[in-house]
Amino acid sequence: MTLARSEKRLGWGLVAPALLWTGAFFVLPFLAMLALSFARMEGREVVQGFDPGNYIRIFTDWTMLKALINSLEITLVVTVVSVVLAYPLAAIIAFRVPARWQRLALLLAVLPFWTSYVVRSYAWLLVLGQNGVVNKALLGLGVIAEPLEIAATRTATVIGFVHFFVMLLTLTIYANLIQLSPNYARAAADLGAGRWAVFRHVILPLTLPGVVTGAFLTFVLCIGDYITPQILGGNAELTLPQLIMLQLGRSGNFPLASALSVVLMAVVTLAYFASSRWLRLDRV
Amino acid sequence: MRVLSWVYLALAYAFVFLPVAVLVAFSFQDGRLPVPPFQGVTLDWYAKVLGDRDLMAALANSALVAVVSSLIALVLGFLAAHALARVRLPGSVLLRGVLIAPMTVSYLIIALGLLTLFNQTGVRLSLWTAAVGHVVINLPLCFAITYAAMGDHQKNAERAARDLGAPEWKVLVLVSAPMLAAPLAAAFFLSVTFSWDEFIIAFLLTRFDVTLPVEIWSMLRSGLSPATNAVGSLVFLVSVTLVVVLEVFVFRRVK
Repeated sequence: MTLARSEKRLGWGLVAPALLWTGAFFVLPFLAMLALSFARMEGREVVQGFDPGNYIRIFTDWTMLKALINSLEITLVVTVVSVVLAYPLAAIIAFRVPARWQRLALLLAVLPFWTSYVVRSYAWLLVLGQNGVVNKALLGLGVIAEPLEIAATRTATVIGFVHFFVMLLTLTIYANLIQLSPNYARAAADLGAGRWAVFRHVILPLTLPGVVTGAFLTFVLCIGDYITPQILGGNAELTLPQLIMLQLGRSGNFPLASALSVVLMAVVTLAYFASSRWLRLDRV
Repeated sequence: MRVLSWVYLALAYAFVFLPVAVLVAFSFQDGRLPVPPFQGVTLDWYAKVLGDRDLMAALANSALVAVVSSLIALVLGFLAAHALARVRLPGSVLLRGVLIAPMTVSYLIIALGLLTLFNQTGVRLSLWTAAVGHVVINLPLCFAITYAAMGDHQKNAERAARDLGAPEWKVLVLVSAPMLAAPLAAAFFLSVTFSWDEFIIAFLLTRFDVTLPVEIWSMLRSGLSPATNAVGSLVFLVSVTLVVVLEVFVFRRVK
């Protein structure tokens, strides 16, 4: 009895530092931000209070609403395209590449994953810019007569995002595929299923948790990213994070920036509940 | 079908490496712009970058923040994982959820929350406020990796040490930590990589001393230059080295 109790006390003692850190620097800041989102600006002064005005503005002011819609559209397109491109890549590495080369093939396929967002987006700007590699190559080959306007458009943002998330998803989907026992597919084939039927009814359902987990991570990271749309998309159309940074920088409007962040977080929470049935965050 | 697979694989590699190849190739550009045509090879931009005092200071800052914040995250995460894997605490599912939660929140929101808190409490922004933010994002990672690695094998060895009269800190330092050396190293190196590359938290929570990604960001605003390519290539080289070290020395041994 005393042993159990002292063990418990020890347990709490060991959890406490991590818990305090998370409480003080994650939960508390979030609550402070939530409180601030109900304050309002008078001139350049923040007036505390309980004013839903910021939220009303977000959903009635077209600039704000448009940024939310842009973010959602871009994120959905990026998530779907990345999954569709990454699944075959992961499958080819898992099933076609000889076992002893698989780790190397995977490591290589995701190597640029480890560059910082800033550097990666800058590199894509060099590739897609007006004088960039793509335009110079296409002009040289005579495919186009005028350079394509890709940089500073939504297309550039999507390409930059897809590049990153194809790598992330290849990792999570590969991890799932490699754990599958080949016996399931064999059994289905013995029972007369064709290759497509084996994939459609056996492999795909079994890898669905990995796909959904990867897609959820893609959603979270994509919708919250400021750098990629800022460098590649330019200021022609804003995403939610760009709008938040604009509020912080230009007008110093912390309450509105906080409210926008709360909306961003609410969107992510909705995505979490939508996918929670298949989500395995502890097994990424 | 088989041929199609190899074609797809080749195209995928081309897509994945295209920006990196362009970045590195034009860091050697003997000209003022990092775009075609390629005008010859020079190392001038690397010399310029390595001689730039601001950039080198930012590089040292980045390394410092990465190592310190990863160490704190590792120790906190390991202790919590050790406790939650051993002792049945009331609400341990909830506790795990709270510790993992920052993983599902955008870095921008974590940064803005901390900025709000620091503003309200009058904490002055510095490298250390950014390090606090980096611990917040890396703690769940360190916790999850070490928690997943703890098995019955370690549990028995720890019990044996306790029965032989070792105090808990000795069990932790002499038994648990050495047995978990590989996952601990994996968690540490992953954290270092994430902190090293992180932008938005460092951007919002530092003021005069900044980290490398923030310094690169300000270089970008003055337009395209092969110097930016050179820094980017160097940053990439550091990250890749960390990942290769991780792969060769850590993940091989985990299996």
